[in-house]
Amino acid sequence: MAQIFHPSMNTLSKATIFGGLFLVASLAFAWDRFNRSAYMTDADVVRDQPVPFSHEHHVRGLGIDCRYCHTTVEQSAFAGIPATEICMNCHSQIWKDSPMLQPVRDSYRSGKPLKWTRVHDVPDFVYFNHSIHVAKGIGCESCHGRVDQMPLMRRTQTLQMGWCLECHARPQEFIRDRKDIYEFGKPARTDAREHGQELVKEYGIDKKQLQDCWICHR
Amino acid sequence: MSHSPHEESALVASETDGSAPVIEPGHTYASVTDQISAIVLTRPTSRGWVFGFAISFSLLMAFLYATAYLFAVGVGIWGTTVPVGWAFPIVNFVWWIGIGHAGTLISAVLLLLHQEWRTSINRFAEAMTLFAVSCAGLFPLLHLGRPWLFYWLLPYPNTMDLWPNFRSPLIWDAFAVTTYFTVSILFWYMGLIPDLATLRDRAKNRLPRVIYGIMAMGWRGSAAHWQRYETAYLLLGGIATPLVVSVHSIVGMDFAASLIPGWHTTFSPPFFVAGAIFSGFAMVMTLMIPLRWAYGLQDFVTMRHLENMAKVILATGSMMAYGYAAEVFFAYYSGNQYERFMVLNRALGPYAWSYWALIACNVAVPQLLWFQSVRRNIPALFIISLIVNVGMWLERFVIVVISLHRDYLPSAWRIYAPTVWDFTHLVGSIGLFMTLLLLFTRLLPMISIFELRELVHKTRDEV
Repeated sequence: MAQIFHPSMNTLSKATIFGGLFLVASLAFAWDRFNRSAYMTDADVVRDQPVPFSHEHHVRGLGIDCRYCHTTVEQSAFAGIPATEICMNCHSQIWKDSPMLQPVRDSYRSGKPLKWTRVHDVPDFVYFNHSIHVAKGIGCESCHGRVDQMPLMRRTQTLQMGWCLECHARPQEFIRDRKDIYEFGKPARTDAREHGQELVKEYGIDKKQLQDCWICHR
Repeated sequence: MSHSPHEESALVASETDGSAPVIEPGHTYASVTDQISAIVLTRPTSRGWVFGFAISFSLLMAFLYATAYLFAVGVGIWGTTVPVGWAFPIVNFVWWIGIGHAGTLISAVLLLLHQEWRTSINRFAEAMTLFAVSCAGLFPLLHLGRPWLFYWLLPYPNTMDLWPNFRSPLIWDAFAVTTYFTVSILFWYMGLIPDLATLRDRAKNRLPRVIYGIMAMGWRGSAAHWQRYETAYLLLGGIATPLVVSVHSIVGMDFAASLIPGWHTTFSPPFFVAGAIFSGFAMVMTLMIPLRWAYGLQDFVTMRHLENMAKVILATGSMMAYGYAAEVFFAYYSGNQYERFMVLNRALGPYAWSYWALIACNVAVPQLLWFQSVRRNIPALFIISLIVNVGMWLERFVIVVISLHRDYLPSAWRIYAPTVWDFTHLVGSIGLFMTLLLLFTRLLPMISIFELRELVHKTRDEV
């Protein structure tokens, strides 16, 4: 009786056994990388905006405080998107004829707000509150990145739950003095570790509670 | 094959004590191989098979239809609602997983105990186990609100930085069932390899030869092959043995770890295991009786097998009876008003019919098996095994639904009523089970050919 299989099948079948394991492992790895990629998370993706607003120019160039535009960051869950009137405080005087700012002037005249594209948005099942983070010593920079170096706004973080938990598990590594909340690029203190522990104590942060489900999913 | 004096004396005893033999006399290696491989290779597909397959496949389609509707609309299509948050899907899950216990018991435990009579039914029982566990595994997943996220049950590094709750028996359940399925499939496949080689060598056409050939993994039946094979098979048997008790113990703990009266009892795990073996053997019997008749396998699945299975059913059925009695006693002896109410509510409440039907099916009817005339009466065995299957389904219904529908808070009490979709999923899962089983009988040898050859060798020595 003729052989059904060529002798090379021996090698092939051994290769498939190990190759199969390798394939499954690679697929699992690729899937994980895909879930964390910019394609899935939109991290580092610049969004189109009605006006190409430069945070770099306004924050670093002009030294405007975050709270000048994001007025409710210390009082409310939502940091606040500035009303057209806030833009016009300055732009009724400077660059008042710039074609780039035409949508701002239109909005001012018609009373219709500008439609900014939201860059940082957590899902609706997540309860996020800016005021508590600011009050407990989390700087803007910690979540929003070096906004003072962004000509166009983008997100530097994934906003995935694992990323939230990095800080909720170890707030001492991210916490800063309340006076430094709105600072960018301040060099780390030499005693950062001890200082972080002290601040966690001083600001009354209950680390155990920070990792409970209900703290974000209410 | 070497065989110990102990085994020989067991065989001799079976010949002398008047019980039927494990294989009818007069068979040779060739006749055994011919008869079993012919079912797969040469005999034409019978009308009965096509008829059975058509029905099973239609039920499977109904199952898929109901599942598609479930995914589209959500779990609200079922009658499941607070306070009966676990209803038909969990009843079906526990029922199927219980049925899936006969396979490993027969294969692994009886292998290690040198019970020769397992040989003719182990392959079939293992296949039945796999298919029952497949049906079982579907129900908890369907019962999830968002079934497409089922993999959240498993611990893996994820973007949420979350692990499952390792303190919950529900997560042990996910491990227990997947382990059980994996080990069962390995054990079953391992046992198939020499027979797959037989089919490869006997197949006439090229395609079956290639397919069976790939599945046989180059088995040539050399002495070295057999030596390694026997070692590996025994090792796998050893690995599979603890699973006989672990899986259903953990299912028992799913209930025991909660605080619901009727669930919160320490004896749940052993009680569940006894029930699982009870229902598993009943299911093997339900399926084996028509199959041995349809394929003329009376020589291999003899009266001895049926009688032994009947004895296991009687033994485990008596354990169940003890369990029901213990439940009533615990409630009385605990002095706990909720436990006492639970027992009264089972016996006299709105679902009293299910409790008494359960007692009739699981306690009263199996007592008939004390009589040898009943144990040797095939129609009676078939009917009793069917009744036990129904009884074991009712048992899970009683545990799940009656306990939940009236718990501590009378304001939350509600009468549970299943919908047509509940029944579609139940009957549909039977369709899935039967479809897989019929494909198995058609495509693979349902009795282990090489182990029967071994048995021919041994029994010839005795004669």
